[in-house]
Amino acid sequence: MFKFIKGHLETITGIEVYPIISLTIFLTFFVLLFWWVITAKKEYVNEVSQLPLDN
Amino acid sequence: MKIQQFYYDNKIVKKFIYATIIWGLVGMSVGLLLAFMFLFPNITDGISWLSFGRLRPLHTNAVIFAFVGNAIYAGVYYSLQRLLKARMASDFLSNFNFWGWQLIIVAAAITLPLGYTTSKEYAELEWPIDIAIAIVWVVFGVNMIWTILQRRQRHLYVAIWFYLATFVTVAVLHIFNSLELPVSGLKSYSVYAGVQDALVQWWYGHNAVAFFLTTPFLGMMYYFVPKAANRPVYSYKLSIIHFWSLIFIYIWAGPHHLLYTALPNWAQNLGIVFSIMLLAPSWGGMINGLLTLRGAWDKVRTDPVLKFMVVAITGYGMATFEGPMLSLKNVNAIAHFTDWIIAHVHVGALAWNGFFAYGMLYWLVPKLFKTKLYSTKLANVHFWVGTLGILLYALPMYVAGFVQAFMWKQFNPDGTLTYGNFLETVQEIVPMYWMRAIGGSMYILGAFVMLYNVIKTVKAGSAVTDDLAEAAALTKVPKYRTKGEAWHTWIERKPVKLTIYATIAILIGGVIQIVPTLLVKSNIPTIEAVKPYTPLELEGRDIYISNGCVSCHSQMIRPFRSEVERYGEYSKAGEFVYDHPFLWGSKRTGPDLHRIGGKYNDNWHFNHMYDPQSTSPGSIMPAYQWIIKNELDKSNIETKMRAMSALGVPYTEEEIINAQKNMDEQGTKIEENLYNDPDFAKSYEDDKKFSYENNLPFIDMKDREIVALIAYLQRLGTDIKVKDTKDKSSKK
Repeated sequence: MFKFIKGHLETITGIEVYPIISLTIFLTFFVLLFWWVITAKKEYVNEVSQLPLDN
Repeated sequence: MKIQQFYYDNKIVKKFIYATIIWGLVGMSVGLLLAFMFLFPNITDGISWLSFGRLRPLHTNAVIFAFVGNAIYAGVYYSLQRLLKARMASDFLSNFNFWGWQLIIVAAAITLPLGYTTSKEYAELEWPIDIAIAIVWVVFGVNMIWTILQRRQRHLYVAIWFYLATFVTVAVLHIFNSLELPVSGLKSYSVYAGVQDALVQWWYGHNAVAFFLTTPFLGMMYYFVPKAANRPVYSYKLSIIHFWSLIFIYIWAGPHHLLYTALPNWAQNLGIVFSIMLLAPSWGGMINGLLTLRGAWDKVRTDPVLKFMVVAITGYGMATFEGPMLSLKNVNAIAHFTDWIIAHVHVGALAWNGFFAYGMLYWLVPKLFKTKLYSTKLANVHFWVGTLGILLYALPMYVAGFVQAFMWKQFNPDGTLTYGNFLETVQEIVPMYWMRAIGGSMYILGAFVMLYNVIKTVKAGSAVTDDLAEAAALTKVPKYRTKGEAWHTWIERKPVKLTIYATIAILIGGVIQIVPTLLVKSNIPTIEAVKPYTPLELEGRDIYISNGCVSCHSQMIRPFRSEVERYGEYSKAGEFVYDHPFLWGSKRTGPDLHRIGGKYNDNWHFNHMYDPQSTSPGSIMPAYQWIIKNELDKSNIETKMRAMSALGVPYTEEEIINAQKNMDEQGTKIEENLYNDPDFAKSYEDDKKFSYENNLPFIDMKDREIVALIAYLQRLGTDIKVKDTKDKSSKK
């Protein structure tokens, strides 16, 4: 996939960083997401998951 | 802390429920009529506004935007108020949302059968209606966000995140895909052409499935399944991962609708990779939904609400497993353009959307009317008839898809196609079309049983009133993170920030995918021989669009030996640079038409439109006789050409000024060609004489729609039949 992206985008200046940026965004996104979820406090999770039931 | 009293708006929910039930029956009935047209192609003979090509977009739009759309509003308006402990911010906006949406549906139900269509799938409505959709959708979003800001519950439950993502993403998709240049009150041209138009359209089409048919229903799943099972969601942490990864990944996967087409390879591959990854969040969500019923499976045996929801979530799981599989190139090579796709989307629509909506309605109606469901037995009947209907619909369509795809690809030892006549492959699957029509009938029968059950329940219940509720107002909390507050807890109490982050998440994929194709010339190699359409061909193309030919005929020959053998040279990206909009199609009920130009003579096309079975015995194409009778409206051609010119099609001012003359000449030539058939010559002359003798108005053949259509069809794909075609790529 990498070589397809590179091959076709040579005409935009500095396009070499394009796939690198994409990969970085992607990884950062999921690292943050999992960090968020793993560190979530139990009381918070319990409280919020009860929300549909107390109305 | 002061406790405040307020009322939940139940009446708006009731209105949306009624609309859901009624439009559901309408949309499905149109679908059933279409299913029977596969068996009896001419049951609506001669009625242009009941022809297959015009009803097909009506069916898809009615089911998606009218049935599912109203179900979304019903579910959101009910659950949002309760999750936020607040009444909807503005009754006026709620009602504007309701009536505006119904008016849009009525406008669609009138314009589509009359042939006003952009031809872009699930975005067929013309520009004034597009604007109305944007306005009503924004009203919905404003009302929702305004309510969130007035909430009495600090934490935003995950369902609300899904609603917010739905709002922002559908707005973005709708606006970018509907960018079009109007040429008259109900006619416009897409600003994109060919490959770019295809890419934007399927970025839209795929994500309309994601953010209109999926995310709002997932939000509703996270509210109504716990409600119906009376226990919290299985894992709230999983729902957080589900939400963010789903909306982040979904938006990248659009190009899987265009595998093996003239779309640049890198974009196809990007689409595949993300489609495969999509399996993880989808199944995470499905498992989360099903496991919410842990310890409550005994209820599933007796409660029709849970039965419907279990089948719905299972259907979601099946469709989202199938989706990534269909994105694999080798699977897609078989499935694309066949009835397999029809099976796939109906598992999604009938099971996931339909059954979830029904489960929700069976839960909501007794609640709102403060009574018990009139008959649990009838609800169970609905469930079983509907479930069997889905199976009887989907399974034969899978078989039909496989059978036809393999027949298309079958070669004799001497290298010729075994089934060279496309119609052989159609006739083979007619029994499957029968089973599908029966399955569809059962599903609708179930919906009518529900209608009866709901009417009875409503009659037995008391009038819907707004529920009184009480809760304390929110105390002021610092803008910034409080001590010891985790940042996810913080962000999740900031609805505006949450919305912005969700928007960023969905934009990333869109930008990475679409910007390069729009910007980089080298992605679409230009071909010198490709020239703009003549004025008459352009008008013919509009006839092709308004009659919905694209519903059954593709214009995209994939680079397979079997397709090149059957249809001719495979399609190149550079051939479509003047196609506003693109007409690649997504289904081959009939053969591909990209290289139809010059394959048959003009008389063949004439006779084929008049009586398809006369030229193609066993064909299931309906007759399009009005195209032969109607006068071609040429009054707009200069405006149309100027619009095209503004979009980059190189028409010169001279060509535009001479358009009428040019059309007349090309039309006369085709009329002369038609005289080659003595049958035509005789009946046309007789007709002319009859009109003359009886003082009836008579339209010359050269001025009728059919001539323009023939001009267009004979032009299709002929540009690069010229020998020594030079591929001029700007690649260095």
